[in-house]
Amino acid sequence: MPSETNPARTGQVVLLVGTRKGVFLLHADPARSRWSIDGPHFLGHIAHHVVLDARDSRTLLVAAKTGHLGPTVFCSTDLGKTWREASSPPAFPKVQDEEGGRVVDHVFWLTPGPVEQPDVWYAGTSPPALFRSEDAGDTWAPVSGWNDHPNWALWTENGDDGTPGGSLLHSINLDPRNPRHLYIGLSGGGVFESTDGGGDWQPLNRGCEANFKPDPAPEFGHDPHCVRLHPLAPDVLWQQNHCGIYRMERPQGVWERVGDRMPREVGDIGFPIELHPRDPDTVWVFPMDGTDVWPRTSPDGRPAVYVTRDAGHSWQRRDVGLPGEHAWLTVLRQAMTVDGHDPVGVYFGTTGGEVWASRDEGEAWTCIARHLPHVFSLEVAELEP
Amino acid sequence: MKVAIPTPLRSYTRAPEVEAEGATVGEILADLDRRYPGIRFRMIDEQDGIRPHVRIFVNRERVAGIEETLAPGDEVQILQALSGG
Repeated sequence: MPSETNPARTGQVVLLVGTRKGVFLLHADPARSRWSIDGPHFLGHIAHHVVLDARDSRTLLVAAKTGHLGPTVFCSTDLGKTWREASSPPAFPKVQDEEGGRVVDHVFWLTPGPVEQPDVWYAGTSPPALFRSEDAGDTWAPVSGWNDHPNWALWTENGDDGTPGGSLLHSINLDPRNPRHLYIGLSGGGVFESTDGGGDWQPLNRGCEANFKPDPAPEFGHDPHCVRLHPLAPDVLWQQNHCGIYRMERPQGVWERVGDRMPREVGDIGFPIELHPRDPDTVWVFPMDGTDVWPRTSPDGRPAVYVTRDAGHSWQRRDVGLPGEHAWLTVLRQAMTVDGHDPVGVYFGTTGGEVWASRDEGEAWTCIARHLPHVFSLEVAELEP
Repeated sequence: MKVAIPTPLRSYTRAPEVEAEGATVGEILADLDRRYPGIRFRMIDEQDGIRPHVRIFVNRERVAGIEETLAPGDEVQILQALSGG
């Protein structure tokens, strides 16, 4: 389903790599076949997310902390030549009651705001809170409609029901038709939706399994690993969940487990899910082993990307160039991305510090960086000529 | 008074020891933040708690909170309790 409204990009691709020990920028040549590494930036900082604002192709934000210092956000407008720190990073309001005060442990997710609000950004944190900037990331204010929602403690189990790295708010998705329509993902907690700019929220988990709960079909408490909304088909949501791969037609409001059509020996467990920029029916995932004690490594030590081109009705294995055996890769929820070229480039980074690239929509893979620190996130910046 | 700065925070001060004024640890930290914007939040959370791996000593005695009062000539040291890999 090629689109007339989202033409293929042709600019230089830069991969923004957030790692456990800093930020690296991988610059591609025009053919996307040769890559050079710029970095590290902020060596020793934990960089959970590095995102370029596609609205201006200039503003680059980094969600950072160290193991021993508090969280912050860094900003560059010259692709990392110079940086400035947010003058007011995401933080909860100070409360007088010492028992009630929440503290941001780290900023986990960054999403640029809607096109019509050029300096707006959203940030998701651990504990799972939502923050908004109206000045391109310099100052941040809590979205109190979420953070102080009467059900916040219930939905988030007091912010404690989370991953080993803490309970997370991630997958901030904006409806391109309506900047007041937002979706967020909580690990754990589920998918939530607001139709009034973040003032009020409702769970959006019908049809999605939560097999780690006493009630396997609760209203909330699910574990979405990554949720994506396609800008050209904003009534369709995709989700790589702890319990499989799901797709939702929003008007129906029910998640359908399209991952059931994955090969049974591979399963449909993983962290990231990535959408084709021009074809809402094409989606890539990186399956990992969710059996037994959940190794969360490539099934059978044979890594592969799987793609569907028919909205999840069928899935095809794509492993040319990837190791054929003894490769126990883990790819985290933010560590897979795509560019806007034709054919689309698909990329993933591993917790073992490798970055893999395909410049033909996943048909063939090349390792473009090794020996980096544990990769948390991978995003594409496309620099128009 | 003089304040000793640990290496993880010297990207702000560019010096191992800097001057700051105040009658409490909190005032010293506020003055540091005026001189070196952003440094306070890396050490002190939004509820005014000292972050878990930050240690503040006055005259070589560890302080529990930023309300600790200071006298002229007191020696203030900020240290990092590094751990992990």
